[in-house]
Amino acid sequence: TEDNMEALRQRNYGPAQYSAPNKHLIEHQFSPYVNNGGTTLAIAGNDFVVVAGDTRVSFGYAIHTRENNKLCELTDKCIIATAGMQADQVTLHKLLRTRMVQYKQEHGKEMSTTAIAQMLSNTLYYRRFFPYYTFNVLAGLDSNGKGCVFSYDAIGSFERYNYASSGTGQKLVQPLLDNQIALKNQQVERLEDLTEEEVVTLVKDTFTSAGERDIYTGDHVEIAIINKEGVRYELFDLRQD
Amino acid sequence: MSRSNYDSDITVWSPEGKLHQVDYALQAVKQGSACVGLKSNTHVVLLGLQRYPSELASPLKKLFRADDHFGLGISGLIADGRVLTKWIRNECLNHRFVYESGVQCTRLARKLADKSQVNTQRYGRRPYGVGLLLAGYDRTGAHLIECDPSGNFYEYKAQAIGRRCQSAKTYLERNFEQFEDAPLDELIKHGVRALQETLARKQDSKKQEPVELTVRNTSIAIVGEGLNFTILNDEQLQQYISAADSDAMDVDA
Repeated sequence: TEDNMEALRQRNYGPAQYSAPNKHLIEHQFSPYVNNGGTTLAIAGNDFVVVAGDTRVSFGYAIHTRENNKLCELTDKCIIATAGMQADQVTLHKLLRTRMVQYKQEHGKEMSTTAIAQMLSNTLYYRRFFPYYTFNVLAGLDSNGKGCVFSYDAIGSFERYNYASSGTGQKLVQPLLDNQIALKNQQVERLEDLTEEEVVTLVKDTFTSAGERDIYTGDHVEIAIINKEGVRYELFDLRQD
Repeated sequence: MSRSNYDSDITVWSPEGKLHQVDYALQAVKQGSACVGLKSNTHVVLLGLQRYPSELASPLKKLFRADDHFGLGISGLIADGRVLTKWIRNECLNHRFVYESGVQCTRLARKLADKSQVNTQRYGRRPYGVGLLLAGYDRTGAHLIECDPSGNFYEYKAQAIGRRCQSAKTYLERNFEQFEDAPLDELIKHGVRALQETLARKQDSKKQEPVELTVRNTSIAIVGEGLNFTILNDEQLQQYISAADSDAMDVDA
């Protein structure tokens, strides 16, 4: 009608009118990532290696489960421990397990720990532009039977260490390992190499400490000890709060 | 099989209603060294007679593990067999990745058969020149399936393919009623005896064919309830070869 036309003309002439910001419509962005918490660590000995990860899966201040497995046995000489997002952890482990079978079928032998280490790096970098939200620690016996530990970032940067940790408790655990295993910046000397039992005790104490201050670490610790006889598991209880 | 005017192209029918290229591919399977399979209610046994290209060479592998619960034996063009084995292994792994369980034997056989059929209907391709005996144990029980170049697949209680397989089939036909409830040991011994039937009667120095079963030219694989697909090692092989020989008197051969 004539009135409407007049109103429209009024609107379209002249400078643009500023409209107040909308308080009702909020744009939500889907985030594909979530941190499910948890801590892992690995320590290499002369002819053994100890890997451990707590079993709690968190979601903010809530707990999804107390019985999750962060460790995955890839060969009888190599275990991977993954902290970060549980969905990516499970998928990554599944993918690696499949690659183990493929390697065995193609080469007629199990993959060596050092080969797995490089392959894990490549697998992570393959997803450089949509990474696995995973912080991995790979541990095993190398081809000489010596313990080795590899630590990774989310996109596959890795290095071989004597000990490593990752996850929400890393900042609490790593300094303790620096102090007790490498005896960094101390006048203390170690006369004999650490035995398996000593390392396992240290791991339990470390997790107990991490569980005190890190809310995402607790419930249980799954500890795996790899030596020339094979793999042995221990389950250790932690605070459940 | 004489030459015919309709046999050069896979996509050409003959007036008798045959695809000659497919028939010739089936013939290639018959030229391969023997492969025998037999099953009971709970286990499947695969046996292969391994041929050596020459005295100096290592044997051509006949039996392959595809997955924990599944394996196969090949007869014919070994190169085609190797390629198909690779494909089957990949299919098994994919299935396991997606469904977290082993693929059912009959489903895999169907997929393989469909793949083989493509090569009988597309211009410029040729059928795979290898016959396969698939052996697997899944939730539907024990399965022994033959897949051939034509794209057909058949389930069997016992079957033999390759050179002189008819002799093995005769033994199997006579004894298959005992297989159903037979314990694993007995089943393997039956298989060894069936494989023995396919041996050459006398030594032919040109063809390098074996006249008796030894650890060198035989391979046996077993799969079944609570038993992953395993290829027997030399020690176990020798045990069964000797056992089958000594028991030969008791069996209606």
